[in-house]
Amino acid sequence: MKLLSVLAATVFALAIWQGIVSLTGLPKFILPGPALVAETWWQNRWLIAEHTWVTAVEVIIGLACGTILGVVTALQLANSRAARVLVQPMLVFTQALPVFALAPLLTLWLGYGLWSKVAMAVLIIYFPITSSFFDGLMRTPPGYLDLARTMQASPRAVLWHIRIPAALPSLASGMRLAAVYAPIGAVIGEWVGSSQGLGYLMLLANGRAKTDLMFAAMLTLGVFSILLHMIVRRATARIAGEAR
Amino acid sequence: MTPAPDLTINGSATINGVPLFAPLSLTLAAGQWTCLLGGSGVGKTTILRLIAGLETGAVFDGEITASDGKSVQDRVAYMAQDDLLLPWATAAQNVCLGARLRGQKPDLARRDRLIKRMRLEDHMGKKPAELSGGQRQRVALARTLMEDRPIVLLDEPFSALDARTRADMQDLAAEALQDRTVLLVTHDPAEAARLGQSIVVMTQLGVTSCQPPHAPAPRKVDDLETLETQGALLRLLREEAA
Repeated sequence: MKLLSVLAATVFALAIWQGIVSLTGLPKFILPGPALVAETWWQNRWLIAEHTWVTAVEVIIGLACGTILGVVTALQLANSRAARVLVQPMLVFTQALPVFALAPLLTLWLGYGLWSKVAMAVLIIYFPITSSFFDGLMRTPPGYLDLARTMQASPRAVLWHIRIPAALPSLASGMRLAAVYAPIGAVIGEWVGSSQGLGYLMLLANGRAKTDLMFAAMLTLGVFSILLHMIVRRATARIAGEAR
Repeated sequence: MTPAPDLTINGSATINGVPLFAPLSLTLAAGQWTCLLGGSGVGKTTILRLIAGLETGAVFDGEITASDGKSVQDRVAYMAQDDLLLPWATAAQNVCLGARLRGQKPDLARRDRLIKRMRLEDHMGKKPAELSGGQRQRVALARTLMEDRPIVLLDEPFSALDARTRADMQDLAAEALQDRTVLLVTHDPAEAARLGQSIVVMTQLGVTSCQPPHAPAPRKVDDLETLETQGALLRLLREEAA
């Protein structure tokens, strides 16, 4: 049923797209139709696959590093008042900076390769992961803490056995957000400076007026992001459901 | 378990300078159930939380002492209206929570005995969400008993249950917690009349001791004297509130 509705929505969107192309008669280097994009995609499938692989590796490493970093930061913040006073304003400040502005710097520092894109992805997901997990850690139902107190639990045991498990659903929602943001980070990194990846391919195709290839790359990125989000959602559903 | 001591609470409490309860003196007799009965907001839960050493938001001026001179806070077990079962842990794991939080090895034989006693054998591996309200409170009671403390603090643990389950739980708890110094905080005169070996009514004016029925607790739900006591307690609550 769900598959059917997705299919129906896709067909509907393609129909509108094709309709606009037919009605306006725009040249194909301005707006290529779905059939042409599909054809281009098929002709360039190996090229696109190669670049998708590059972006996927950046995103997955970024997602893993950002999650670990965010989890560690949230634990530190939850554990120490000093950390909250010192680090929290900084964390908010990093969010006030446009990530776009940082991208050239990261390329300067980390080079044109993989790591500047990983860093972009990490930067963009670090805050949602940290803040959602931290919120979860600070919002442990007070009754659990009362009970633990009458049981003479150490703060460490309370953190491990109560606060962390109680915060996992919050972490899961942060990770679902991160799965959507991480590809954006990697692609921004690729736009600023790279020689491979879907972002690079889009820019290249656009520059050469190969708008059909640009569309093919963009749609591939979209599908990749949706798949990643689905995988992360599935992976986190269990922890989120258990702690409910 | 060390023998259950008498507990004495002497003092008054204020919240932001406003008196919560006037100076009072309350003694919980060793090895007995004391029911502290009162309406909402008179500070009865505050008294229980003060004994347990929990955050109350009130400033307490006075002292809480045990007759054997030992500390009170690390000898209490606590059970609240909310069963406070960890939703991600099984019933069996919840029963052993205390040991796990203290980094001790739980006494599994004891756990199994308690689970059997609470008639939870078929539910050991289930998560709290799969249990009924009564079953959850039985797990919570097993967890409280697992702590094996001489002082047991019950904060309206049965008030969210339906009438039948509540009566069952009262019987079970009364039997399981005999010989301990129990403080049951409740707003239900029927519960106080059934379970109290000593009944104290708390109102804005202070605490008043009431004569419990003669029958041994837990009393039958249709015991005449118990019903009379229930009526008398309710009358007292209404008078004092007026």
